[in-house]
Amino acid sequence: MIIRRKPELTDNDVTDYNLYRQRRKFIQSGFALAAGAMLPLGFDSAVAAGVKFNDLKESPFSTDEELTSLEAITSYNNFYEFGLDKESPAKLSRDFKTRPWEISVNGECHSPMTIGIEDILSEFPMEERIYRLRCVEAWSMVIPWVGFPLAALLKKVEPTMDAKYVEFTTLVDPEQMPGQRRGLFGYVLDWPYREGLRLDEAMNPLTLLSTGLYGEQLPNQNGAPIRLVVPWKYGFKSIKSIVSITLKREQPLNTWQAQASNEYGFYANVNPEVDHPRWSQARERRVGEFLKRPTLPFNGYAEQVASLYNGMDPKKLY
Amino acid sequence: MVLPGTRIDLFGENRLRTLKTFLFIALCMPAATLVFDLVSGALIEPVEELTKTTGIWALRLLLVTLAITPIRKLTGWHKLIRFRRMLGVFSFTYMTLHFSIYLFLDRLLSGEEIFTDLTERPYIIAGFTCFMLCVPLALTSTDRMMRRLGGRHWQRLHRLVYPAAIAAALHFIWLVKADITEPIIYASILALLLGWRLRVFMIKSDRRSGTKRSNNGSGQGSTPVMGQSS
Repeated sequence: MIIRRKPELTDNDVTDYNLYRQRRKFIQSGFALAAGAMLPLGFDSAVAAGVKFNDLKESPFSTDEELTSLEAITSYNNFYEFGLDKESPAKLSRDFKTRPWEISVNGECHSPMTIGIEDILSEFPMEERIYRLRCVEAWSMVIPWVGFPLAALLKKVEPTMDAKYVEFTTLVDPEQMPGQRRGLFGYVLDWPYREGLRLDEAMNPLTLLSTGLYGEQLPNQNGAPIRLVVPWKYGFKSIKSIVSITLKREQPLNTWQAQASNEYGFYANVNPEVDHPRWSQARERRVGEFLKRPTLPFNGYAEQVASLYNGMDPKKLY
Repeated sequence: MVLPGTRIDLFGENRLRTLKTFLFIALCMPAATLVFDLVSGALIEPVEELTKTTGIWALRLLLVTLAITPIRKLTGWHKLIRFRRMLGVFSFTYMTLHFSIYLFLDRLLSGEEIFTDLTERPYIIAGFTCFMLCVPLALTSTDRMMRRLGGRHWQRLHRLVYPAAIAAALHFIWLVKADITEPIIYASILALLLGWRLRVFMIKSDRRSGTKRSNNGSGQGSTPVMGQSS
Protein backbone atom coordinates (compact mmCIF):
# COMPACT_ATOMS: atom_id res chain seq x y z
CA MET A 1 0.00 0.00 0.00
CA ILE A 2 1.25 3.40 -0.87
CA ILE A 3 0.94 6.01 1.79
CA ARG A 4 1.16 9.45 0.26
CA ARG A 5 2.17 12.12 2.64
CA LYS A 6 0.39 15.34 2.14
CA PRO A 7 2.93 17.98 1.19
CA GLU A 8 3.21 20.98 3.42
CA LEU A 9 1.07 23.92 2.41
CA THR A 10 2.85 26.68 0.59
CA ASP A 11 1.82 30.16 -0.50
CA ASN A 12 0.88 28.65 -3.83
CA ASP A 13 -1.72 26.50 -2.17
CA VAL A 14 -3.49 29.32 -0.39
CA THR A 15 -3.25 31.90 -3.15
CA ASP A 16 -5.46 31.24 -6.08
CA TYR A 17 -3.53 31.41 -9.34
CA ASN A 18 -5.82 34.00 -10.83
CA LEU A 19 -5.42 36.16 -7.80
CA TYR A 20 -1.66 35.73 -8.07
CA ARG A 21 -1.86 37.02 -11.58
CA GLN A 22 -4.10 39.89 -10.64
CA ARG A 23 -1.46 41.09 -8.24
CA ARG A 24 0.74 41.84 -11.21
CA LYS A 25 -2.05 43.68 -12.94
CA PHE A 26 -2.71 45.63 -9.77
CA ILE A 27 0.91 46.72 -9.55
CA GLN A 28 0.88 47.75 -13.18
CA SER A 29 -2.27 49.76 -12.89
CA GLY A 30 -0.74 51.41 -9.85
CA PHE A 31 2.20 52.42 -11.99
CA ALA A 32 -0.04 53.71 -14.72
CA LEU A 33 -1.99 55.77 -12.21
CA ALA A 34 1.19 57.16 -10.77
CA ALA A 35 2.26 58.10 -14.25
CA GLY A 36 -0.83 60.21 -14.43
CA ALA A 37 -2.72 58.27 -17.04
CA MET A 38 -6.04 56.70 -16.26
CA LEU A 39 -6.01 54.76 -19.48
CA PRO A 40 -6.90 51.14 -19.90
CA LEU A 41 -3.80 49.03 -20.19
CA GLY A 42 -2.84 47.63 -23.52
CA PHE A 43 -2.20 44.15 -22.17
CA ASP A 44 -4.77 41.49 -22.08
CA SER A 45 -4.22 37.88 -21.43
CA ALA A 46 -1.17 37.30 -23.58
CA VAL A 47 -1.12 33.80 -22.12
CA ALA A 48 -1.09 31.08 -24.70
CA ALA A 49 -1.30 27.54 -23.41
CA GLY A 50 -3.39 28.02 -20.32
CA VAL A 51 -2.94 24.41 -19.19
CA LYS A 52 -2.12 24.43 -15.51
CA PHE A 53 0.36 22.25 -13.67
CA ASN A 54 -0.70 20.81 -10.34
CA ASP A 55 1.50 19.82 -7.41
CA LEU A 56 4.61 21.67 -8.49
CA LYS A 57 7.58 21.05 -6.25
CA GLU A 58 9.38 24.11 -5.00
CA SER A 59 13.11 24.35 -5.47
CA PRO A 60 15.90 25.59 -3.22
CA PHE A 61 17.47 27.02 -6.38
CA SER A 62 14.63 29.53 -6.79
CA THR A 63 15.34 33.19 -6.23
CA ASP A 64 12.98 35.33 -4.21
CA GLU A 65 13.48 38.37 -6.42
CA GLU A 66 10.41 40.05 -7.82
CA LEU A 67 9.03 38.19 -10.81
CA THR A 68 8.95 39.77 -14.24
CA SER A 69 5.34 40.16 -15.31
CA LEU A 70 3.72 37.41 -17.34
CA GLU A 71 2.87 40.04 -19.95
CA ALA A 72 6.53 40.97 -20.36
CA ILE A 73 7.72 37.36 -20.42
CA THR A 74 5.18 36.46 -23.10
CA SER A 75 5.42 39.55 -25.29
CA TYR A 76 9.13 40.42 -25.26
CA ASN A 77 10.87 37.46 -26.87
CA ASN A 78 13.91 36.60 -28.91
CA PHE A 79 12.80 33.65 -31.01
CA TYR A 80 14.12 34.27 -34.53
CA GLU A 81 12.15 31.33 -35.95
CA PHE A 82 9.14 33.59 -35.45
CA GLY A 83 10.58 36.93 -36.50
CA LEU A 84 13.34 39.28 -35.57
CA ASP A 85 11.76 41.82 -33.31
CA LYS A 86 10.67 41.21 -29.79
CA GLU A 87 6.95 41.47 -30.51
CA SER A 88 6.87 39.08 -33.49
CA PRO A 89 7.15 35.71 -31.71
CA ALA A 90 3.98 36.29 -29.68
CA LYS A 91 2.05 37.16 -32.83
CA LEU A 92 3.52 34.73 -35.33
CA SER A 93 3.65 31.66 -33.08
CA ARG A 94 -0.03 31.71 -32.21
CA ASP A 95 -0.92 28.73 -34.42
CA PHE A 96 2.29 26.81 -33.85
CA LYS A 97 1.46 23.13 -33.36
CA THR A 98 3.16 21.54 -30.36
CA ARG A 99 1.14 18.29 -30.38
CA PRO A 100 2.07 15.65 -31.30
CA TRP A 101 5.72 16.35 -30.46
CA GLU A 102 8.59 13.95 -30.16
CA ILE A 103 12.12 14.40 -28.93
CA SER A 104 14.83 12.08 -30.06
CA VAL A 105 17.59 11.49 -27.51
CA ASN A 106 20.48 9.82 -29.26
CA GLY A 107 24.19 9.70 -29.95
CA GLU A 108 26.79 8.39 -27.49
CA CYS A 109 24.43 6.50 -25.20
CA HIS A 110 23.45 2.90 -24.46
CA SER A 111 19.69 3.28 -24.81
CA PRO A 112 18.73 5.99 -27.23
CA MET A 113 15.03 6.79 -27.34
CA THR A 114 12.32 8.89 -28.86
CA ILE A 115 9.92 10.24 -26.33
CA GLY A 116 6.66 12.10 -26.80
CA ILE A 117 5.94 15.31 -24.95
CA GLU A 118 2.97 13.79 -23.11
CA ASP A 119 5.20 11.02 -21.77
CA ILE A 120 7.72 13.59 -20.63
CA LEU A 121 5.00 15.51 -18.84
CA SER A 122 3.73 12.44 -17.05
CA GLU A 123 7.03 10.72 -16.39
CA PHE A 124 9.14 13.48 -14.90
CA PRO A 125 8.04 15.25 -11.73
CA MET A 126 7.80 18.97 -12.53
CA GLU A 127 9.18 21.64 -10.26
CA GLU A 128 8.88 25.38 -10.16
CA ARG A 129 12.26 27.06 -10.56
CA ILE A 130 12.42 30.83 -10.32
CA TYR A 131 15.53 31.79 -12.23
CA ARG A 132 17.13 34.96 -13.46
CA LEU A 133 17.49 35.04 -17.24
CA ARG A 134 20.23 37.27 -18.64
CA CYS A 135 20.16 37.97 -22.36
CA VAL A 136 23.40 38.70 -24.21
CA GLU A 137 21.68 41.93 -25.31
CA ALA A 138 21.96 43.21 -21.70
CA TRP A 139 18.39 42.82 -20.52
CA SER A 140 17.19 40.37 -17.92
CA MET A 141 14.08 38.85 -16.38
CA VAL A 142 13.07 36.76 -13.39
CA ILE A 143 10.99 33.84 -14.63
CA PRO A 144 9.11 31.17 -12.68
CA TRP A 145 9.87 28.21 -14.92
CA VAL A 146 8.23 24.83 -14.67
CA GLY A 147 10.48 21.93 -15.57
CA PHE A 148 12.75 19.12 -14.51
CA PRO A 149 16.52 18.64 -14.47
CA LEU A 150 18.00 17.73 -17.85
CA ALA A 151 20.15 15.24 -15.93
CA ALA A 152 17.05 13.10 -15.25
CA LEU A 153 16.42 12.65 -18.96
CA LEU A 154 20.07 12.07 -19.83
CA LYS A 155 20.42 9.38 -17.15
CA LYS A 156 17.59 7.45 -18.78
CA VAL A 157 19.55 7.00 -22.00
CA GLU A 158 22.77 6.04 -20.19
CA PRO A 159 25.52 8.10 -21.80
CA THR A 160 28.60 6.13 -22.81
CA MET A 161 32.10 6.94 -21.56
CA ASP A 162 32.71 8.75 -24.82
CA ALA A 163 29.91 11.26 -24.32
CA LYS A 164 31.55 14.59 -23.54
CA TYR A 165 29.08 17.08 -24.96
CA VAL A 166 25.36 17.44 -25.60
CA GLU A 167 23.91 19.03 -28.70
CA PHE A 168 20.34 20.35 -28.89
CA THR A 169 18.36 21.06 -32.04
CA THR A 170 15.22 23.12 -32.62
CA LEU A 171 12.47 22.09 -35.01
CA VAL A 172 12.85 23.14 -38.65
CA ASP A 173 9.50 23.91 -40.22
CA PRO A 174 9.44 27.00 -42.44
CA GLU A 175 5.72 26.45 -43.01
CA GLN A 176 5.05 27.14 -39.38
CA MET A 177 8.14 29.20 -38.60
CA PRO A 178 8.21 32.19 -40.95
CA GLY A 179 11.61 33.30 -39.66
CA GLN A 180 13.17 30.19 -41.20
CA ARG A 181 12.11 31.16 -44.69
CA ARG A 182 14.57 32.61 -47.15
CA GLY A 183 14.64 36.41 -47.00
CA LEU A 184 15.84 39.08 -49.37
CA PHE A 185 19.44 38.47 -48.31
CA GLY A 186 19.28 34.74 -47.71
CA TYR A 187 18.65 33.05 -44.40
CA VAL A 188 18.86 35.01 -41.16
CA LEU A 189 20.58 32.12 -39.41
CA ASP A 190 21.82 28.72 -40.50
CA TRP A 191 18.75 26.67 -39.51
CA PRO A 192 18.09 24.56 -37.58
CA TYR A 193 19.05 26.45 -34.45
CA ARG A 194 21.60 24.42 -32.50
CA GLU A 195 23.07 24.73 -29.06
CA GLY A 196 25.46 22.73 -26.99
CA LEU A 197 26.69 22.11 -23.47
CA ARG A 198 29.56 20.21 -21.99
CA LEU A 199 28.21 17.01 -20.38
CA ASP A 200 29.02 18.20 -16.84
CA GLU A 201 27.18 21.46 -17.53
CA ALA A 202 24.23 19.48 -18.85
CA MET A 203 24.22 17.26 -15.74
CA ASN A 204 24.41 20.20 -13.33
CA PRO A 205 21.28 20.32 -11.17
CA LEU A 206 20.60 23.92 -12.24
CA THR A 207 20.20 22.92 -15.89
CA LEU A 208 16.53 22.59 -16.61
CA LEU A 209 14.31 21.27 -19.34
CA SER A 210 11.35 23.57 -19.10
CA THR A 211 7.79 22.77 -20.09
CA GLY A 212 6.03 25.71 -18.53
CA LEU A 213 6.12 29.05 -16.77
CA TYR A 214 3.94 30.86 -14.26
CA GLY A 215 2.36 27.51 -13.41
CA GLU A 216 1.07 26.86 -16.93
CA GLN A 217 2.35 25.04 -19.99
CA LEU A 218 4.87 27.01 -22.03
CA PRO A 219 3.38 29.63 -24.32
CA ASN A 220 4.52 29.04 -27.91
CA GLN A 221 6.62 32.20 -28.02
CA ASN A 222 8.64 30.97 -25.04
CA GLY A 223 9.73 27.76 -26.75
CA ALA A 224 6.83 25.34 -26.43
CA PRO A 225 6.51 22.51 -25.85
CA ILE A 226 9.96 22.04 -24.29
CA ARG A 227 13.06 24.16 -24.01
CA LEU A 228 16.36 24.35 -22.22
CA VAL A 229 17.09 26.77 -19.37
CA VAL A 230 20.71 27.33 -18.36
CA PRO A 231 20.50 30.25 -15.97
CA TRP A 232 24.22 31.06 -15.65
CA LYS A 233 24.67 31.44 -19.40
CA TYR A 234 23.40 34.09 -21.79
CA GLY A 235 19.86 33.44 -22.95
CA PHE A 236 20.74 32.27 -26.45
CA LYS A 237 22.10 29.05 -24.93
CA SER A 238 18.62 28.22 -23.65
CA ILE A 239 17.38 26.71 -26.90
CA LYS A 240 13.65 26.54 -27.60
CA SER A 241 11.22 23.99 -29.10
CA ILE A 242 13.71 21.12 -28.94
CA VAL A 243 13.31 18.08 -31.22
CA SER A 244 16.60 16.36 -30.65
CA ILE A 245 19.23 15.92 -27.97
CA THR A 246 22.45 14.26 -29.07
CA LEU A 247 25.31 13.08 -26.90
CA LYS A 248 28.61 13.75 -28.61
CA ARG A 249 32.33 13.16 -28.35
CA GLU A 250 33.24 16.51 -29.77
CA GLN A 251 32.25 20.05 -28.96
CA PRO A 252 29.28 20.98 -31.14
CA LEU A 253 29.15 24.26 -33.03
CA ASN A 254 26.27 26.37 -31.76
CA THR A 255 24.32 28.55 -34.17
CA TRP A 256 25.39 31.96 -32.91
CA GLN A 257 29.02 30.96 -32.77
CA ALA A 258 28.76 29.79 -36.36
CA GLN A 259 27.10 33.09 -37.27
CA ALA A 260 29.64 35.39 -35.61
CA SER A 261 32.40 33.62 -33.71
CA ASN A 262 34.01 36.91 -32.69
CA GLU A 263 30.83 37.87 -30.86
CA TYR A 264 29.41 34.63 -29.50
CA GLY A 265 31.26 31.68 -28.07
CA PHE A 266 30.45 28.16 -26.98
CA TYR A 267 30.45 28.73 -23.23
CA ALA A 268 28.63 32.09 -23.12
CA ASN A 269 28.81 32.26 -19.33
CA VAL A 270 27.43 35.52 -18.01
CA ASN A 271 30.44 37.65 -17.18
CA PRO A 272 30.26 41.38 -16.46
CA GLU A 273 33.97 41.72 -17.17
CA VAL A 274 33.97 40.35 -20.69
CA ASP A 275 32.22 42.79 -22.98
CA HIS A 276 30.43 41.81 -26.11
CA PRO A 277 32.40 43.48 -28.92
CA ARG A 278 29.54 45.87 -29.53
CA TRP A 279 28.30 46.61 -26.04
CA SER A 280 29.24 46.41 -22.39
CA GLN A 281 28.07 43.46 -20.30
CA ALA A 282 28.77 45.23 -17.01
CA ARG A 283 25.15 46.15 -16.48
CA GLU A 284 21.75 44.88 -17.46
CA ARG A 285 18.25 46.24 -17.58
CA ARG A 286 15.74 44.15 -15.69
CA VAL A 287 12.70 44.23 -17.95
CA GLY A 288 10.08 46.39 -16.28
CA GLU A 289 12.67 48.56 -14.57
CA PHE A 290 13.84 51.80 -16.07
CA LEU A 291 17.52 51.94 -15.21
CA LYS A 292 20.25 49.35 -15.38
CA ARG A 293 21.63 47.27 -12.53
CA PRO A 294 25.04 45.58 -12.25
CA THR A 295 25.42 42.14 -13.82
CA LEU A 296 26.70 39.34 -11.58
CA PRO A 297 29.35 36.78 -12.57
CA PHE A 298 27.62 33.59 -13.76
CA ASN A 299 24.39 35.59 -13.46
CA GLY A 300 24.52 35.13 -9.69
CA TYR A 301 24.94 31.34 -9.85
CA ALA A 302 28.70 31.29 -9.23
CA GLU A 303 28.27 29.25 -6.06
CA GLN A 304 26.69 26.39 -7.99
CA VAL A 305 28.70 26.45 -11.19
CA ALA A 306 32.00 28.34 -10.87
CA SER A 307 33.80 25.10 -9.97
CA LEU A 308 32.91 23.64 -13.38
CA TYR A 309 35.42 26.03 -14.88
CA ASN A 310 38.34 25.69 -12.50
CA GLY A 311 41.60 26.14 -14.32
CA MET A 312 39.99 27.66 -17.38
CA ASP A 313 40.68 31.18 -18.52
CA PRO A 314 37.53 33.14 -17.66
CA LYS A 315 38.09 35.31 -20.72
CA LYS A 316 37.56 32.25 -22.86
CA LEU A 317 34.24 31.47 -21.27
CA TYR A 318 32.18 33.93 -23.23
CA MET B 1 -14.43 74.96 -62.84
CA VAL B 2 -11.04 75.85 -64.08
CA LEU B 3 -10.85 78.14 -67.06
CA PRO B 4 -8.53 77.10 -69.82
CA GLY B 5 -5.19 78.73 -69.47
CA THR B 6 -5.49 79.23 -65.73
CA ARG B 7 -2.57 77.71 -63.88
CA ILE B 8 -3.51 75.80 -60.80
CA ASP B 9 -0.95 76.62 -58.21
CA LEU B 10 -0.74 73.62 -55.98
CA PHE B 11 1.55 75.48 -53.67
CA GLY B 12 0.00 78.90 -53.26
CA GLU B 13 1.21 80.91 -50.26
CA ASN B 14 -1.82 80.13 -48.13
CA ARG B 15 -1.85 76.52 -49.03
CA LEU B 16 1.87 76.27 -48.30
CA ARG B 17 1.32 77.63 -44.84
CA THR B 18 -1.44 75.11 -44.17
CA LEU B 19 0.66 72.27 -45.52
CA LYS B 20 3.55 73.32 -43.34
CA THR B 21 1.33 73.25 -40.29
CA PHE B 22 0.16 69.77 -41.21
CA LEU B 23 3.71 68.64 -41.78
CA PHE B 24 4.75 70.03 -38.41
CA ILE B 25 1.99 68.07 -36.69
CA ALA B 26 2.81 64.94 -38.65
CA LEU B 27 6.48 65.17 -37.71
CA CYS B 28 5.55 65.43 -34.04
CA MET B 29 3.47 62.25 -34.22
CA PRO B 30 6.24 59.67 -33.65
CA ALA B 31 7.33 61.51 -30.51
CA ALA B 32 3.75 61.97 -29.36
CA THR B 33 3.00 58.27 -29.86
CA LEU B 34 6.07 57.36 -27.85
CA VAL B 35 5.08 59.62 -24.97
CA PHE B 36 1.56 58.19 -25.05
CA ASP B 37 2.84 54.60 -24.99
CA LEU B 38 5.30 55.43 -22.27
CA VAL B 39 2.70 57.01 -20.00
CA SER B 40 0.11 54.32 -20.62
CA GLY B 41 2.65 51.64 -19.73
CA ALA B 42 2.43 49.88 -23.09
CA LEU B 43 6.20 49.69 -23.51
CA ILE B 44 7.77 46.55 -22.10
CA GLU B 45 11.28 47.89 -22.52
CA PRO B 46 10.86 51.67 -22.55
CA VAL B 47 14.48 52.68 -22.98
CA GLU B 48 15.02 50.30 -25.89
CA GLU B 49 11.83 51.41 -27.59
CA LEU B 50 12.67 55.10 -27.12
CA THR B 51 16.13 54.57 -28.55
CA LYS B 52 14.96 52.60 -31.56
CA THR B 53 12.04 54.84 -32.48
CA THR B 54 13.91 58.13 -32.20
CA GLY B 55 16.84 56.67 -34.15
CA ILE B 56 14.81 55.32 -37.04
CA TRP B 57 12.85 58.58 -37.39
CA ALA B 58 16.04 60.62 -37.39
CA LEU B 59 17.31 58.48 -40.26
CA ARG B 60 14.03 58.48 -42.17
CA LEU B 61 13.72 62.26 -41.99
CA LEU B 62 17.35 62.71 -42.97
CA LEU B 63 16.66 60.68 -46.11
CA VAL B 64 13.46 62.61 -46.85
CA THR B 65 15.43 65.85 -46.47
CA LEU B 66 17.98 64.56 -48.95
CA ALA B 67 15.22 63.52 -51.33
CA ILE B 68 13.83 67.04 -51.68
CA THR B 69 16.32 68.28 -54.26
CA PRO B 70 16.11 65.24 -56.57
CA ILE B 71 12.32 65.31 -56.42
CA ARG B 72 12.27 69.02 -57.18
CA LYS B 73 14.50 68.58 -60.18
CA LEU B 74 12.68 65.56 -61.48
CA THR B 75 9.15 66.86 -61.02
CA GLY B 76 9.54 70.60 -61.19
CA TRP B 77 7.78 71.08 -57.84
CA HIS B 78 10.26 73.69 -56.78
CA LYS B 79 8.31 74.87 -53.83
CA LEU B 80 9.11 71.63 -52.05
CA ILE B 81 12.20 73.50 -50.92
CA ARG B 82 9.98 75.29 -48.46
CA PHE B 83 9.54 72.09 -46.46
CA ARG B 84 13.16 71.08 -46.39
CA ARG B 85 14.33 73.04 -43.39
CA MET B 86 11.53 71.71 -41.23
CA LEU B 87 12.35 68.15 -42.23
CA GLY B 88 16.03 68.64 -41.53
CA VAL B 89 15.48 70.29 -38.18
CA PHE B 90 13.08 67.53 -37.16
CA SER B 91 15.62 64.91 -38.15
CA PHE B 92 18.13 66.66 -35.93
CA THR B 93 15.60 66.87 -33.10
CA TYR B 94 15.03 63.10 -33.19
CA MET B 95 18.80 62.61 -33.39
CA THR B 96 19.25 64.75 -30.28
CA LEU B 97 16.59 62.78 -28.43
CA HIS B 98 18.24 59.53 -29.55
CA PHE B 99 21.67 60.68 -28.38
CA SER B 100 20.33 61.98 -25.06
CA ILE B 101 18.52 58.71 -24.34
CA TYR B 102 21.75 56.85 -25.01
CA LEU B 103 23.75 59.19 -22.75
CA PHE B 104 21.36 59.55 -19.83
CA LEU B 105 19.16 56.47 -19.79
CA ASP B 106 21.26 53.79 -21.39
CA ARG B 107 24.79 54.60 -20.34
CA LEU B 108 23.68 56.56 -17.28
CA LEU B 109 26.37 59.13 -18.05
CA SER B 110 29.10 56.66 -17.17
CA GLY B 111 32.25 58.29 -18.55
CA GLU B 112 34.08 54.99 -18.64
CA GLU B 113 31.42 53.20 -20.68
CA ILE B 114 30.99 56.08 -23.08
CA PHE B 115 34.73 56.30 -23.57
CA THR B 116 34.93 52.59 -24.43
CA ASP B 117 31.99 53.00 -26.79
CA LEU B 118 33.62 55.93 -28.55
CA THR B 119 36.98 54.24 -28.92
CA GLU B 120 36.10 50.60 -29.57
CA ARG B 121 32.62 50.31 -31.01
CA PRO B 122 32.33 51.25 -34.68
CA TYR B 123 28.55 51.67 -34.67
CA ILE B 124 28.72 54.15 -31.81
CA ILE B 125 31.57 56.03 -33.49
CA ALA B 126 29.50 56.24 -36.68
CA GLY B 127 26.39 57.45 -34.85
CA PHE B 128 28.34 60.00 -32.88
CA THR B 129 30.08 61.26 -36.02
CA CYS B 130 26.72 61.75 -37.70
CA PHE B 131 25.41 63.73 -34.75
CA MET B 132 28.52 65.92 -34.53
CA LEU B 133 28.38 66.68 -38.26
CA CYS B 134 24.77 67.71 -37.92
CA VAL B 135 25.26 70.11 -35.01
CA PRO B 136 26.70 72.97 -37.13
CA LEU B 137 23.96 72.40 -39.69
CA ALA B 138 21.25 72.76 -37.07
CA LEU B 139 22.94 75.84 -35.61
CA THR B 140 23.05 77.53 -39.01
CA SER B 141 19.52 76.63 -40.00
CA THR B 142 17.96 79.99 -39.14
CA ASP B 143 17.37 82.76 -41.68
CA ARG B 144 19.72 84.98 -39.76
CA MET B 145 22.61 82.52 -39.83
CA MET B 146 21.96 81.83 -43.48
CA ARG B 147 22.24 85.53 -44.24
CA ARG B 148 25.30 85.96 -42.07
CA LEU B 149 27.13 83.11 -43.74
CA GLY B 150 26.04 84.01 -47.21
CA GLY B 151 24.56 81.52 -49.66
CA ARG B 152 27.78 80.10 -50.95
CA HIS B 153 29.39 79.44 -47.56
CA TRP B 154 26.14 78.20 -46.13
CA GLN B 155 25.76 75.77 -48.96
CA ARG B 156 29.31 74.55 -48.70
CA LEU B 157 28.92 73.99 -44.96
CA HIS B 158 25.67 72.13 -45.46
CA ARG B 159 27.31 69.60 -47.71
CA LEU B 160 28.31 68.01 -44.40
CA VAL B 161 24.91 66.39 -44.54
CA TYR B 162 26.29 63.85 -47.03
CA PRO B 163 28.98 62.35 -44.79
CA ALA B 164 26.53 62.61 -41.90
CA ALA B 165 23.96 60.52 -43.76
CA ILE B 166 26.59 57.94 -44.72
CA ALA B 167 27.64 57.71 -41.07
CA ALA B 168 24.00 57.27 -40.05
CA ALA B 169 23.52 54.42 -42.53
CA LEU B 170 26.70 52.71 -41.27
CA HIS B 171 25.56 53.18 -37.69
CA PHE B 172 22.41 51.21 -38.50
CA ILE B 173 24.17 48.47 -40.49
CA TRP B 174 26.78 47.89 -37.81
CA LEU B 175 24.41 47.68 -34.89
CA VAL B 176 22.11 44.90 -36.08
CA LYS B 177 22.70 41.41 -34.83
CA ALA B 178 21.78 39.13 -37.68
CA ASP B 179 19.43 40.34 -40.36
CA ILE B 180 20.68 43.39 -42.22
CA THR B 181 17.71 43.66 -44.59
CA GLU B 182 16.26 46.78 -43.01
CA PRO B 183 19.50 48.77 -42.73
CA ILE B 184 20.44 47.74 -46.26
CA ILE B 185 17.14 49.11 -47.57
CA TYR B 186 17.86 52.47 -45.93
CA ALA B 187 21.45 52.44 -47.18
CA SER B 188 20.24 51.69 -50.71
CA ILE B 189 17.86 54.64 -50.67
CA LEU B 190 20.73 56.83 -49.50
CA ALA B 191 22.98 55.43 -52.24
CA LEU B 192 20.31 56.31 -54.78
CA LEU B 193 19.98 59.86 -53.48
CA LEU B 194 23.74 60.42 -53.37
CA GLY B 195 24.22 58.65 -56.71
CA TRP B 196 21.81 61.05 -58.36
CA ARG B 197 23.84 63.98 -57.06
CA LEU B 198 27.07 62.44 -58.19
CA ARG B 199 25.67 61.97 -61.67
CA VAL B 200 24.50 65.58 -61.83
CA PHE B 201 27.87 66.73 -60.57
CA MET B 202 29.75 64.68 -63.15
CA ILE B 203 27.60 65.87 -66.02
CA LYS B 204 28.09 69.42 -64.87
CA SER B 205 31.85 69.23 -64.52
CA ASP B 206 32.04 67.30 -67.76
CA ARG B 207 30.15 70.06 -69.53
CA ARG B 208 32.28 72.72 -67.90
CA SER B 209 35.55 71.15 -68.99
CA GLY B 210 33.96 70.40 -72.36
CA THR B 211 33.15 74.04 -73.03
CA LYS B 212 36.61 75.05 -71.96
CA ARG B 213 38.32 72.83 -74.49
CA SER B 214 35.91 72.84 -77.32
CA ASN B 215 32.25 73.14 -78.01
CA ASN B 216 31.47 69.64 -79.09
CA GLY B 217 31.71 68.09 -75.68
CA SER B 218 29.51 65.49 -74.22
CA GLY B 219 26.86 66.11 -71.62
CA GLN B 220 24.32 67.60 -73.96
CA GLY B 221 20.65 67.03 -73.83
CA SER B 222 18.07 67.57 -71.18
CA THR B 223 20.13 66.78 -68.16
CA PRO B 224 19.24 68.16 -64.78
CA VAL B 225 21.51 70.87 -63.51
CA MET B 226 22.46 71.25 -59.92
CA GLY B 227 20.52 74.11 -58.38
CA GLN B 228 21.64 76.72 -55.92
CA SER B 229 21.19 74.28 -53.12
CA SER B 230 21.02 70.58 -52.70
